[in-house]
Order: sequence, then C-alpha cells, then structure tokens
Amino acid sequence: MTKFKGDVSIVLGGAAGQGIQTVEEILTHALKKSGYHVYANKEYMSRIRGGINTTEIRVSSKRVRAFVKRIDILVPFKQGVLSWVKDRLGENTVVLGEKENIEEEFLGNVNLVEVPLTKMAMEVGSQLYLNTTAAGLIVGLFHGDFKAVEEYLKKRFGSKGENVVKKNIEAAKKGYELGVKLCEDGTIKVEVERDERVKEEVLLTGTEAVGIGAFAGGMNFLSFYPMSPSTGVSTFAAQHAEEFEIVVEQVEDEISAINMAIGAWYAGARAMVSTSGGGFALMSEAISLAGMAENPVVVHLAQRPGPATGLPTRTMQGDLNLVLYSGHGDFPRIILAPGSLEEAFYLTAEAFNLADKYQVPVIILTDQYFVDTYYNLPAPDVEKVKFERHIVEAKPGYRRYELTEDGISPRAVAGYGEDVVIANGNEHDEWGDITEDAELTVKMQEKRAVRKLETIKKNAPLPKLIGRENAKYLVIAWGSTLHVVEEALEKLGREDVALLHFSWVYPLNPKVREFFEGKVLIDVENNITGQFAELLKKEFGVEVHHRILKYDGRPFSVEEVLEGLKEVIE
Amino acid sequence: MNVQLPTGRELFEPKRPGSQDIAWCPGCGNFGIRNILITALAELGLKPNQVAIISGIGQAAKMPHYINANGYHTLHGRAIPIATGVKASNPELTVIAEGGDGDMYAEGGNHLLHAIRRNPDITVLIHDNQVYGLTKGQASPTTMKGMKTPTQPWGVFEEPFNPVALGIALDASFVARTFMGYFKESVEIIKKAIQHKGLAIVDILHPCVSFNKVNTYAWYREHTYWMDDHDPYDREAAFKRALESDPLPLGIFYIHEKPTFEEMVPAYRKDKTPLWKREPKLGLVKKFFEEKKL
Ligand SMILES: Cc1ncc(C[n+]2csc(CCOP(=O)(O)OP(=O)(O)O)c2C)c(N)n1
Ligand code: SF4
Repeated sequence: MTKFKGDVSIVLGGAAGQGIQTVEEILTHALKKSGYHVYANKEYMSRIRGGINTTEIRVSSKRVRAFVKRIDILVPFKQGVLSWVKDRLGENTVVLGEKENIEEEFLGNVNLVEVPLTKMAMEVGSQLYLNTTAAGLIVGLFHGDFKAVEEYLKKRFGSKGENVVKKNIEAAKKGYELGVKLCEDGTIKVEVERDERVKEEVLLTGTEAVGIGAFAGGMNFLSFYPMSPSTGVSTFAAQHAEEFEIVVEQVEDEISAINMAIGAWYAGARAMVSTSGGGFALMSEAISLAGMAENPVVVHLAQRPGPATGLPTRTMQGDLNLVLYSGHGDFPRIILAPGSLEEAFYLTAEAFNLADKYQVPVIILTDQYFVDTYYNLPAPDVEKVKFERHIVEAKPGYRRYELTEDGISPRAVAGYGEDVVIANGNEHDEWGDITEDAELTVKMQEKRAVRKLETIKKNAPLPKLIGRENAKYLVIAWGSTLHVVEEALEKLGREDVALLHFSWVYPLNPKVREFFEGKVLIDVENNITGQFAELLKKEFGVEVHHRILKYDGRPFSVEEVLEGLKEVIE
Repeated sequence: MNVQLPTGRELFEPKRPGSQDIAWCPGCGNFGIRNILITALAELGLKPNQVAIISGIGQAAKMPHYINANGYHTLHGRAIPIATGVKASNPELTVIAEGGDGDMYAEGGNHLLHAIRRNPDITVLIHDNQVYGLTKGQASPTTMKGMKTPTQPWGVFEEPFNPVALGIALDASFVARTFMGYFKESVEIIKKAIQHKGLAIVDILHPCVSFNKVNTYAWYREHTYWMDDHDPYDREAAFKRALESDPLPLGIFYIHEKPTFEEMVPAYRKDKTPLWKREPKLGLVKKFFEEKKL
C-alpha cells in the first residue's frame, strides 16, 4: 500500500491532442469545489499533435502554489511518458494506468496500479470517454464531491447535447467508483484534509489574472500578433471583447500592434499589446517612439527562452535585459513582474494608471511558467483597484511638452479641449514642434531621462520582505519564482534566511539598497547570467554573493531551490 | 497659384513658434500640398481640434508642424497603424495619415496592405515625388526605371510600384491619384477622400526640385491627364486605367463602399463614446470572479 498525506502531486502525461487538458480541468475544478487546495502547471512541446506533454496537479490540505519535481501519482496516457519524467520518479511514485502505456524497461520496477481506463471507456460507448474516466478516477481517490464533477461536465459539454453530458457523467462515475475502491481495498491511501473556505475561492490562471487585471485597469484596446506564450492574454481579451465593449485586433505584425496601441493612447484609450520576446524585439522601435513622444503604452511580455525562436513553449526569465534596454536613446520605462496571481491582477490594473501618469512604456513581464500556472485563491478585491485618469483638457495655448519640475507634462488628448495636441518622435519644443536647438535639446533630454526617471523612482514601491529583517542570508527573487522560493524557504526552515521578492523590477527606489546592507545575498533566477543581479550591480553597486540559476527551459522546482540554498548555506 | 482662398482657412494656419520656419526647399511641391490640404479642411468646415494628422518620417511627414490641427509626427513607415489606433479610439476625429512614397510604400508597405483589408475610416495621403527627399535623393519604390541616383548610379532597374493598381487589386475602399499642380481638382479629390467612409488612398504626385530632375512640374503636366468618362464603381475599368503608364490618368479611380474597422469592432456596437471617456467596467470584473468560483 502506498500512502500520501497532506499534499499529493499528480502528473498526467500524454501526447498533444490526447486531451490531458480536459482531465486536468475536470479534476482541478471538482477537487477545488470539494474543498481541496489545488495547483496546476503544464509543460508542453511546440507541436500540435504527438510528442509528450505533462501536467502537474498538486492537491493539498493547505495552500500550494509552486512546482515540485516530486511525482506521487503518475498517469501515463501513452508510451514514453515514464522515460520523459524518469528523473522525477521516486520510490513512492505510484503509476496509475494501463500496461500498454508503460515502456518495457519500467515494468517491474515501478509501483504499478493497473486501471483499465480504455476498457471502462469502451463500456460507456467509446474510447472518447477515456479522459473523463481518468478524471473521475482521480477525484474518486480523494473521495471528492461527485456532484461537482457532474456540474462541471454539464457546463463543459452542455452545448453538445444531453446525451454527450449523460455519457460523460457515466464515464466519470465509473472512474470515480474505481478510485474510491482503490482506497477502500487499501491499494492507495490519500489523506488530504478539506478546507471549506476553498469552495468559495476562485481558480485562476496567470493568463486570466493578467487579462482580467487589464480590464480592471480600464483597458479598452488590445492589438496583437500571436506568439506563445503570450497569446492566451490576447485570446482572453478577444473572448471578452463584446462583453467589455473594447477594440481587439489581430494585426499584421508586432510593429503594427504596438504602433496601433501608441496611436490609441494618443487619442486617450487605454491600450495594451501582449507579446513574447521575439515580438517585443520588433516593437523596440516603437518603444523608443513612446519614450521620445512621452506616449503611454502598456506591454505584456510573456517570456520564453531565447535567443531568436528559442524554445517556443518553455520558460525562462531571460528578457529582462531586452525590456530594460530596448529602444535607442535614453528614456525611462517601468518594468513590473508579478509573483502571484493576486499581484498579476492588481499590478496589471495599476500598469494603466502608471502609463497614464508617467507617460512611459510600462512592461509587465511574465513567463510561460507563470501564465500557464493556476491555483485557487480568494477572489481579488475589485474595490481595491483605483482608476486614475491623468488626462487634461487642451485649453488655448496648450503645450504638450511643457517643461515642469517633476518632468511630467500635462497630457491632453486630441479632441478634448479647444486647442490641438502635437506629439512628436523628433526632438521637440514645448509645443511639440521639431527643434534642433542645443539648449532645448538638453532641457528635453534632462526632463525625460533624468527628472521624470527620478520622479518615478521616488514613488516606486519597495520589494516584499518575507522573513526576518535581521536574517543573515537574503534570497533575492523577482517575478514568477516567488512561490517556489517561498516554499523552499519554508522547507529549509531557517530563521536566518529571508526572501526579498521584487515585482516592481525597474526603476528601483533608492531605498531598496538598505535591504542589502550587511547581508549574504543569494540570487535566484531562471536565466543563465543572473540579469536581475546585474541590474542590482549597476543600480546600487551591490554584488550578490551567490547565484542559483536555472536555464534549461524548465521552471525551478521547490526541491531544486532548496538544494541550491542548502549548498550555499550549509 | 493665385487662387481665392476660402474663409476658415486661417484657423489651420499655425501660430506656434516652431511652425514658422518651414524646412521644405523653396519651390517644393510640399507647399502646394499643404495649401490643398488646409483648403480642403476649411471647405469641409472642420475645426483644428476635430482633425488629427498622423505622419511618418520624411520631408512630407513634417506636415503636422505646418498646420494647426492635432498632429503626431511618428516613425518612418508607421503612420498608418498609429492613425488606425487613433481613429479606433475616437471615431469622432477626422484622421489623416500622411507621408512620402518611401514612408508609405517602402518602410510602411506591409501596413498599407493590411490597412486596405482592415478598412479604418482614415485618409492616407501619399506625397509621391518618386524619390527619397529627406535622405537626399535615393530611389523610392515609385522611381521610374532608368533614373540614376547616388545609390543607383547604374540606373534603377526595379519595376516601379503601382499604388493605384495595388489599391484596386486589394479592393480598397477609395483610390485616387492627383498632381498637386492642379490646385482646385486636388482640393476636390482630397475633400472627397476625407468624406469617404472607409480607407481612402490618395497618391499625390509632386515634384522634388532638389533631387528629382526627371519628374518636374512640366513633366507631370505633360505626362498626366484627367479621367472624364470614368465610373469609379466599375472595378475592372478602374484596374485598366490603373495600368496606363504614360500619360498617367488622374482622378478618382475606384470607390467601394463597405463597413469600416470602427463599425466592426465590438467597442462601438452599442456605445459610441470615444474610448478616452470610458471607465473600467468593474461590475463585469466582479462578475468574472463570481463565475470563477463556479
Ligand atoms: C527606420 C528608419 N529608416 C530610415 C530612416 C531614414 N529616412 C528618413 S526619411 C526617409 C525616406 C524619405 O522618403 P519619402 O518617404 O519618399 O519622403 P520625402 O522625404 O521624399 O517626402 C528615410 C529612408 C528613418 N528615419 N527611419
Ligand atoms: S527634398 Fe525634395 S521633396 Fe523634400 S522639401 Fe526639398 S524639394 Fe521638397
């Protein structure tokens, strides 16, 4: 008998197009609705059919939000899955599935619990029901709420007719009963406590958190060119465009996407583009225009490994330097990198206020791991979102680029007020007309690149310190690694190690330096050079003492961060 | 050009300090285009704050500085997507995208193609001097074969771009060509282009007195003619006319009325308010979260 307590990591593996996602959706929703904390993340190949994709689902009695390497229960849907996840299998891993899906070499040396999923599905009527059967099976292992499974299936297949719903429920029921039986006869034992509050929570993905955050921030225009892993946000916006009454347009290329968004902001819309590194590279010309013309724009960049096309469906935090330095000439920008789904919601909403206020490009950096992650959380408080409008009326004599103390000129939009608004990507005078005057050039350069930057820095929020202020070791992380590092630190259980997490990545408030004083600094980043550590060096002259880097296109697991930390500390 | 100017024209004369020193060469056709445009805007009874002129980069693209209207001098080739964004955010504005033949046909060529498909209600004015002015005389996509330039000393051998034929081939909503030397006719064409609902492309021939010694004022007069008997709703006839190369036909080649981009996007189906006046729909955000509880 194999027993799992408190926190179970289930991995489903199969070919693209085999419907693993369906299994994942049904069971995460049903388990959440049953009062279990759930977390899921997938890794997939850049192909539409075949290959091997896996999904990890953690089911836990307390909140879990991070990827673990450990596999407790593995459900392979085809041969090759076990080889693919070989290094994640442990002594206690239970392989739940059919013999045909297991490679010869593993037969006999894994804990195999045979379940005739295909046969069961055929009994219902077709192999098509295999996914639903498998989902039911896992929910059964947890004695989950079968009503929740039914509800979800009705919602999901309702449009396909009563019979489809009925058959799917029947298939799920078969699976469910087998799951319950496996526990009752002592084959597998899972002990995970329920938490009633979870039922009332929401289940969100990173993509949705960014997308709905943008809507909360008043986004009413989105232009894009598809590129993994950013496309989800554009799809989300398109799916909600009618409801929210916004403009969403798939354009000819990324150059057009960002220029359209820039035009939209010029006319007072709140526009965003969603892209990945390669697409952003094409946008850098327009980012520079936004810098010179002091035109707000919001970009969501979901990172994937580069250079060039890199690994299209995998993850990395490798585009910080790209967004930090993109565009020619000197001008400020704001870079945000949410660590949690809550942060993704609030920060994305706030990005629109920031762009509006400071009139700079605001870039929200996520990555494949982040956008594809989901877990349950209390619904964000929509009342906390502030809508700040920074538009002024163009009164007679209006000057778009008026020189001001804080470097921020009042921004009018075309059509509001009697006077006109002249924006310009050439060096300009206060009215917006071209100038080659040396003195004025100096003033304008200083306004944009120094005074405005200082204003933003002064108002930049500080990073979040998790742990003791006087801890000897300070782990530094940014963006999507938040929860993995957090859980690794919990497991490490040492009071002399704290975490400093940055979701406001640039520009940094000068006070940030104080966090580093007298500490042993350990940088954790999902890239090969430690781009954020380099930024800290440049900004504060601070040299991190240790770097824990991962750059194989996969996210950090809790175990890897823990090991890395132990090596450094012990 | 001693033409009687209409009233209302002075509204569009800029008084800003930076707009007084015009950077065009004396004798350049750009001056004529400016007069034509200002006259057209005034005759249409528009106000400066109702108009937005979005230009790319080049001599032609300096236009926003010499007119009193909302303006955005942007990047080489990018006027069309920016203008599309402006119009889609505030359909109440009269939006004009303006630039040279290099700007619109070379660097911005891809955007032009897709703007035709997208059909935003904007007017695209191309100052076609058949050469690059601002960068000093290199060949442009419309330079005639055989013309020698500093960067094509052997003479241009590429086939010149035919914007009119292209527009008709892609079923653009409005395609016209004019020569800025014909003031009144040009004003009429540009007025019609601005009034046209949908993307209107006007290729405006104009001499570059500094770098194009072939296509002079006299050359354009000798090598163009007005189409009198042409039905712009006849696509085939329009296409035939578009293929004529010497003399070049002038006038409105083609009109195809169809829904515009702004009419198709979900943003304005029920609510015509420009986007800048809108607030976040927080009620819908809350509803979204309610549904996510399942
Ligand atoms: C990305 C980019 N590439 C090149 C240039 C240099 N450039 C400025 S204007 C121009 C061409 C101008 O020709 P045209 O568009 O025909 O306008 P004209 O000056 O003749 O009115 C070029 C190549 C630039 N500003 N930006
Ligand atoms: S370079 Fe040619 S097009 Fe440009 S202003 Fe001079 S004459 Fe006109």
